[in-house]
Amino acid sequence: MADKVVLDSDSVNRTISRIVNQILERNNGAADVVIIGIRTRGVHIATRIANEIEKLEGIRPEMGTLDITLYRDDLRQKTEWPKVERTEVPFDLDDKKVILVDDVIFTGRTTRAAIEAIMDFGRPSSIQVVTLIDRGHRELPIQPDYTGLKLNTLSSETVRVHLKEADGKDEVVVVKQ
Amino acid sequence: MAFERKHILGLEELNAEEITLVLDTAESMREVSDRDVKKVPALRGVTVCNLFFEPSTRTRSSFEIAEKRLSADVLNFTTIHSSVVKGETLLDTARNLEAMGASMIVIRHPMSGAPWLLAKELNSSIINAGDGWHEHPSQGLLDLFTIRRLKGRIEGLKVAIVGDILHSRVARSDIWGFTKLGAEVRVVGPPTLIPKYIEHINAKAYYNLEDAIDGADVVIMLRIQKERQDSEFFPSLREYSRFYGLTREKLRGAAKDVTVMHPGPINRGVELSSDIADGAEAVILEQVSNGIAVRMAMFYLVASARRTS
Repeated sequence: MADKVVLDSDSVNRTISRIVNQILERNNGAADVVIIGIRTRGVHIATRIANEIEKLEGIRPEMGTLDITLYRDDLRQKTEWPKVERTEVPFDLDDKKVILVDDVIFTGRTTRAAIEAIMDFGRPSSIQVVTLIDRGHRELPIQPDYTGLKLNTLSSETVRVHLKEADGKDEVVVVKQ
Repeated sequence: MAFERKHILGLEELNAEEITLVLDTAESMREVSDRDVKKVPALRGVTVCNLFFEPSTRTRSSFEIAEKRLSADVLNFTTIHSSVVKGETLLDTARNLEAMGASMIVIRHPMSGAPWLLAKELNSSIINAGDGWHEHPSQGLLDLFTIRRLKGRIEGLKVAIVGDILHSRVARSDIWGFTKLGAEVRVVGPPTLIPKYIEHINAKAYYNLEDAIDGADVVIMLRIQKERQDSEFFPSLREYSRFYGLTREKLRGAAKDVTVMHPGPINRGVELSSDIADGAEAVILEQVSNGIAVRMAMFYLVASARRTS
């Protein structure tokens, strides 16, 4: 078993800054932009994106948190059901540009569940997907709009995103089993 | 921690950790009711049957809304319309519902213990919606949930339950729930309506209302069934109301931030004066709203346990 560091602390920060600039460029600023993070690592990245947007544009986009447990498509197959955590989207999503943030995109099933959940909150004008790592192996026709780093991985490998807020340091590691 | 119970029959058999998991899950479920589309797909394809052998509007509706918010298919079965009047046994009725594809059965029955019989004999998950004088776990859980949200804790609170303790399944579930989470529970009512065994389940018996609510953080008023007023339990409704009806004046001895609860339906002017029922201390309608989130949590956790076993 060998761990390979694919992003270190500085590159994590630079990557997020680049994504923020791409978001602002594509949306002509931050008007009507709201940020929603998928629990748990996505929320930390979403918060950083919101902070940077505030620094650059002077307005802080509204921030929400999504727990997709109740929307999972594998509940009927799963042997152990996850604990349902809080979802908090305390604002109107109608006609908003939703930036949906997750740490890793893999099969695309989490993103699908999150999109369905967002639709139940209202009718946003668009949903744009941000992911720090795209590790391939999609099972659904879903692609991120903003990608930090695209990796070629084996299904047997695990991608671990460590963030200061949860793990004490910023680092992305590929773990071979 | 994973929930490992296929059924939720009573709070007596749940431990503090399991109760807390239900309350935590209910916190997450609460938000679904605030959305534009008040529905999540978690129980898609699951058929839930509400089997009610007693009239109930509130509890049955609350269960039904909870089932629908989780996208379950709902089958309502009430005795007035059913073949029970033709002499079918409880077990046969329930087996038929199971044969129609129900995998969860919510049952209310006038006989204590009826849900246990179904749990023993059927493959479905059974949720007790009130059995005889015994337990009403979803009401107990929603009372705990409402108080935990308001006060941030259950441990150390003084809880007074007032009224007809003898016939009350709400009282029993509340006593189990609140004591397991570390509250001090007092029960108060006419001696004829306080069962002797009540101290064995860690509730302290009082016969004077002012004594019982002295310093209380929570006062739970039970409904007096008017149809019992001609029975031998107390001389008259007026006398009952004078001694055990909650008024502003009697509430004065309670804690400053006292919360008043009632499982409904209220008899205004009997167990509860209108100024209390509509006052700032009363959370009767919050109890009703919270009931939906708590029942959603019960379904989710029971469904998860079915999967594991």
